[in-house]
Amino acid sequence: MKDFAELIKTLDSTNKTTLKVEALTHYFKKAEDKDKVWTIAILSHRRPPRPVNTTLMRQWASELANIPLWLFEESYHIVGDLAETIALVIPPAEENTEKSLNQFLQEILELKPKTEAEKKDYLHKNWLELNYYERFVFTKLITGSFRIGVSQKLMTRALSKATDIDEDILAYKMMGNWKPEKTTFKKLILEENEEDYLSKPYPFYLAYAIDGEVEDLGDVAQWSAEHKWDGIRSQVIVRNNELFVWSRGEELVTDKYPEFEDFVGKVPNGTVIDGEILPFPDGKIGTFKDLQTRIGRKNISKKLLEKTPVILKAYDVLEWKGEDIRTEPFVERRKILEKLYAEVSSEEIPLHLSERISFKSWSEVAEERERAREEKSEGLMLKKLDSPYLVGRKKGDWWKWKVDPLTVDAVLTYAMRGHGRRSNLFTDYTFGLWDDDKKELVTFAKAYSGLTDAEFRKLDAWIKKNTLERFGPVRSVTPHHVFEIAFEGIAESKRHKSGVATRFPRMVRWRTDKNIHEANTLGELRDLIPD
Amino acid sequence: MKSPLLAFNKRGIYCEAADVYLDPWKPVDKAIISHGHADHSRWGHKKYITHHSNVPIIKHRLGEIEVSGKDWNETFSINGVKFSLHPAGHIIGSSQIRVEHKGEVWVFTGDYKDEDDGVAVPYEPVKCHTFITECTFGLPAFKWQPQVEVFTEINNWWQQNKEDGRTSVIFGYSLGKAQRLLKHLDTSIGKIYTHGAIENMTEVIRPLSEMSETTRITRDTKKNEFQGNIVVAPPSAHGSPWIKKMVPYVTASASGWMTFRGARRRRAIDRGFVLSDHCDWQGLLKSIKATGAEKVICTHGYTDIFSRYLRELGYDARTEETQYEGETGEEELKNEKES
Repeated sequence: MKDFAELIKTLDSTNKTTLKVEALTHYFKKAEDKDKVWTIAILSHRRPPRPVNTTLMRQWASELANIPLWLFEESYHIVGDLAETIALVIPPAEENTEKSLNQFLQEILELKPKTEAEKKDYLHKNWLELNYYERFVFTKLITGSFRIGVSQKLMTRALSKATDIDEDILAYKMMGNWKPEKTTFKKLILEENEEDYLSKPYPFYLAYAIDGEVEDLGDVAQWSAEHKWDGIRSQVIVRNNELFVWSRGEELVTDKYPEFEDFVGKVPNGTVIDGEILPFPDGKIGTFKDLQTRIGRKNISKKLLEKTPVILKAYDVLEWKGEDIRTEPFVERRKILEKLYAEVSSEEIPLHLSERISFKSWSEVAEERERAREEKSEGLMLKKLDSPYLVGRKKGDWWKWKVDPLTVDAVLTYAMRGHGRRSNLFTDYTFGLWDDDKKELVTFAKAYSGLTDAEFRKLDAWIKKNTLERFGPVRSVTPHHVFEIAFEGIAESKRHKSGVATRFPRMVRWRTDKNIHEANTLGELRDLIPD
Repeated sequence: MKSPLLAFNKRGIYCEAADVYLDPWKPVDKAIISHGHADHSRWGHKKYITHHSNVPIIKHRLGEIEVSGKDWNETFSINGVKFSLHPAGHIIGSSQIRVEHKGEVWVFTGDYKDEDDGVAVPYEPVKCHTFITECTFGLPAFKWQPQVEVFTEINNWWQQNKEDGRTSVIFGYSLGKAQRLLKHLDTSIGKIYTHGAIENMTEVIRPLSEMSETTRITRDTKKNEFQGNIVVAPPSAHGSPWIKKMVPYVTASASGWMTFRGARRRRAIDRGFVLSDHCDWQGLLKSIKATGAEKVICTHGYTDIFSRYLRELGYDARTEETQYEGETGEEELKNEKES
């Protein structure tokens, strides 16, 4: 545990990527194999299931710190991180444990079925045997994922340096449904093992947003364009008469989309399709809100399947007849995909093609982009005809060209302190729009991003001085500041007080030039909802 | 109902019986000043009264002002109200202000800390009926390590950077934190360079306290002089073009706020050392207890939370609005002056 805590501390105490990779490489060279497997698991978001709920943890921590629970809660709102708060308020350690990382994680795995009293004893004992930073790491392992500025990509790079195995191969090996307690470093990383590959998807190729003018991409004849669909980017795999569905978050979601079981027997074995899972109520593409009724559901009822079925809008094919064809040019892979689509289109399986747009000039492409909202897409994807399917987010061959967001001017009404690097700063805001007689501000969205650090600091200081009322961590503030709020999509919603739900709202500009009476009304917001 | 001995109005903390203000934030005729930070000693009063070791500091900051210096424990009367200054341990020249009238004693802390930092005269608890206290770090999450441990870490960090061929740049407020650093940095590791704002303030304080030798950074300072040495700079220097001269460098900040991981990451600083010139949670509670006060008024910091906890402990505690800003205030207000 000491080495792991030291690693996290080092990662946490630098902003420089090279130093982070250096620290991780050093750790991977030195740590024992069992600890390495767990470290890979943790940094790829495979932490053990939470053995204790956080309400109990707050209670037990405040008891150990000898402070009332309300004071613990207030401290938590300010610190902005539960594990950090616990580590700070508990008195310093008297002894120090030598237990290893994998021992701790084994214990955490075994803790789940135990009684509350046993759990409490376990936490109290261990909290008092760890120094501040180890205690923080230990509590983090129990409560949540680490957000320490180490992406999976960065970890993969370090692991590659430590093992001399190619980064892309490692990325592939680390995907899928493995459990750290059931595998070894040798099996996971070092060994070649054919059977393990049955369920494995390929790392997704992700595009950057286009920067600058689209004409700068050069000869339009070298490019392909299609809509960027607004669903769940997925890989659907048929191998050995089995189906596997992977979401971009590397989650195996086969059970959630039973519609795709029909692919087996119709799509040949040894096929991997990259596409977008889209809701398809009443035989047409629905909104992301429709899809949300399917995400996160464990049991999919027959009724829901009828009401909100899904389809796969196929972009690309990565494996064909059991062969990895990612290095083939895009245009060749599309030929295979289109042929497959033609062959199965009579079978009534939920496979649709993401059509390529025909165009002769960039201005025709731009015109199609303007139609994105009509098509219920987020914009366009531009792909070079000869591009291979790369690993991760890369510039050059693929670009996303999203539609400009919708915007309204809204008034800041409530504020809450942020988390992580924004702890102790009011950075999470609620915004209101005028009701139709312009008398009252009605909450319509929350937004956390889009301002610079300096703007956040300025607004934080203003909020502290202009608080009207406090409701736990939330403060209502004098209506004074107007912000331009951008969002990607808009739909009617019964769950929102305003009757409108917006997708991915964020601040784009602090409208210091506007007073609150110049903010938009709910009616004006509703006018943006497409028919 | 008789008016209280000290009242909070638009200009500051007012003693009506003596017609004098303590640390006022608007211009007044007569002000008793606890210490030299900008949120406590502001520009524009007709007369200043403060501890004599604070006199050169506020003169340096505010220019030609009419100021009289007092000793510790020296009682002076204004309109029959007795005033005296007592060490607050916050920075050099910082005082608590004791006010006594008709058998009633109030103490105003300004800012204070209960640990001896080796530069300021250490804090002494003063018995009183009503204690007006800051609570910048009035949350149980704040727990300081002894200074000697923190300086061991800072000096080890410097040593390591030197071995890695890098320059160490440490940020601290130019009045208070900077001199504390200068006192305790281990000059057997290397030389200490200072930002102009820090050197100016330090020159004022040198006659009052012994500190390590420093080299002022000027336009003529050569780029290759820095390597392996340490640079002490105000927080405003972070991210400015000035710092580019020190490449390759590693940054650190010394402040109570460094307790929070988020605070350090937000400022994009490589290393945070938790070193504060204010009391931590236990320090506040102990100090309040030592005064024997029954009434406590919290002026700045986590005032609502802290006074609620004090009420649970049985104190008659409340919060008053002021314009003191604790550690952030020191940083931001001073930057205006210095830039």
